[in-house]
Amino acid sequence: MSTADFAAATKTEPTGIAGLWRKTFDNLKSGNLGVLPIVLGLIFIVVFFSFKATNFFTATNFVNIIIQMAGTAMLAYGVVFVLLLGEIDLSISYVAGIGALTVAELQLPGSGHQISGLLAMLCAVIVCAAIGLGQGSIVAYVGVPSFVVTLAGYLVWQGVILQRLEQPGSIIIQDRWINYTASYFFSHTAGWLIAALVTGLYLLSVVATWVSHARAKIANKNLGLTIAKLLGVAAASFGVVAICNHSYVQGNPLGLPLAGVIVVVFLIVLTFLAKRTTFGRHVYAVGGNAEAARRAGISVPRIRIIVFMISAAMAACGGIILAANVNSVDLNFGGGTLLLNSIAAAVIGGVSLFGGRGEVRGAFLGALVIATVSNGLNTAGYATGTIYIVTGLILLLAVTLDTIARRLQVRSGR
Amino acid sequence: MAATSAPLLQLQGISKSFGSVQALTDVDFEVRPGEVMALVGDNGAGKSTLVKCIAGTHAPDDGAIVFEGREVHIHGPKDASKLGIEVVYQDLALCDNLDVVQNMYLGREANRAEILNEPTMEQHTAETLASLRVTTINSVRQTVATLSGGQRQSVAVARAVMWNSKLVILDEPTAALGVAQTEQVLELVRRLGEQGLGVVIISHNLHDVFETATRITVLRLGRNVGLFEREKTTPQEVVEAITAGQPTKVSGITRPAATEPAS
Repeated sequence: MSTADFAAATKTEPTGIAGLWRKTFDNLKSGNLGVLPIVLGLIFIVVFFSFKATNFFTATNFVNIIIQMAGTAMLAYGVVFVLLLGEIDLSISYVAGIGALTVAELQLPGSGHQISGLLAMLCAVIVCAAIGLGQGSIVAYVGVPSFVVTLAGYLVWQGVILQRLEQPGSIIIQDRWINYTASYFFSHTAGWLIAALVTGLYLLSVVATWVSHARAKIANKNLGLTIAKLLGVAAASFGVVAICNHSYVQGNPLGLPLAGVIVVVFLIVLTFLAKRTTFGRHVYAVGGNAEAARRAGISVPRIRIIVFMISAAMAACGGIILAANVNSVDLNFGGGTLLLNSIAAAVIGGVSLFGGRGEVRGAFLGALVIATVSNGLNTAGYATGTIYIVTGLILLLAVTLDTIARRLQVRSGR
Repeated sequence: MAATSAPLLQLQGISKSFGSVQALTDVDFEVRPGEVMALVGDNGAGKSTLVKCIAGTHAPDDGAIVFEGREVHIHGPKDASKLGIEVVYQDLALCDNLDVVQNMYLGREANRAEILNEPTMEQHTAETLASLRVTTINSVRQTVATLSGGQRQSVAVARAVMWNSKLVILDEPTAALGVAQTEQVLELVRRLGEQGLGVVIISHNLHDVFETATRITVLRLGRNVGLFEREKTTPQEVVEAITAGQPTKVSGITRPAATEPAS
């Protein structure tokens, strides 16, 4: 068999609708469920609450859900990278608190160290990344399990927040830049432009992939599927803007919330980091087989430390949005369900706790599910207890499905 | 002696001890380009230690390593790679969660400004597999977890030879394989030799050794006990050397019993 024959033999990517079905079926059979179950689940949840609560299926509530999911989603993005390594970061909720405390402190009028909100946010991210550097170094170089290091971090950073806020009880955030992260809404026109921009960028990336594959004489993915995805992205971005542009609060029109745009921008950037860069590839490799990665010349400690820095930096970003949402940081910041919801979001989104498997978009979808359920139950008049119970059951269901799927995968392989 | 059969790698008088355990004593070993050299011996004969000395995992206490006529000091897997020496370990060191292309390029990804160049990697992987006639893998984009043992071994070997390597060392490449897959891998090993690489195959299985090797080095209790040419020996003779061979080296002069003197 010549090289050309071989290349041709490897190019049996199925084509047409029949091929698409076959590929989907093969994927399902081999346990590669992708985002299908979670999207179906989300649709079910939305339909269910639309009938259950009259105020649920409204444009304004849609905007609420986006803002409610934003903080959790940012933390969950960081969790994805940590879980990909097969590690855990329990400190993120209070590291988020440190991030929020840092911006609150730095924007405090009359404190003598007041700086612009934008600069304050940058400082908060740097401070938290430094925390990640410290925690990651202990995990990577000393070899203390990440569970223990970050559990210690959980306590320490909670303690720092309590110490600082013991006297005032809370710090009000007045800086408009910081508060914008949760309460700025784009004008209707700006919203449409952003939707067009997202669609255009996606189209550009699809075309670029297509051209580079053609140049390297590599079979492209199913054309129908690619076009369907492109239409899906276009429909989603314009659809979201259309709904947001119909939202009102007390008679004033809202629009696309900045928080939503931040979440999507990070989704795109972090997905690129995970899937298209050498660093991202090495994260998956270390999570899959750390010994193999080490033998292949990858600096495993370096990867671990950077991942813990990403986790802490994302926690800072999430913390800022969460604080902006209530215009303050108080004693309880970072407590409650923030930590577990963030980890649950990533896990519901299909990220494996054992490393090497999962995607950033999983955290996005997981956070969306958690926010939608919590919002829906709230709107329908259920108490907090019910919300916890339902969220817990969804988590269990998602992981059970994933585990069963993976067992099938092991059986179909080897 | 013809230039092509000048040794690619020569180990001269290698000794290595771990505390009070003398793992290797004054061992000589050589591989010529285009030859498959089998390294056999019972458990504890020193095969793995010898390979680790070549791969740079262990530094020998005594003796010299000559690669392409130059004495070299190998201080780690990276040094070995730079020289063109690749080791495929028994546990393969593949990432199950990554696909064939990703594994082939693990740690040496083709990239520009940290951004992966997937088409180049995919194309080159397909070409490498094709040049080794590894035809059983349907798609280079399937994860390694879905491959059979023989396919995984093929990927590991292909990865070792993709980087212009000159010497490939295979540690028990057929240990976990069925009959058909063993055949596949042995065929691949022979082909590496035909392509002009130096190949070292470590095996417990004399069938595999006689199927692939051109010469056979036997170690026993950390010493040379025989160097055989496949065509002039029998499995019985090799088994005898493995189990009861006497050191073939006296007072520092190498004169392996069953072969003509080298150089």
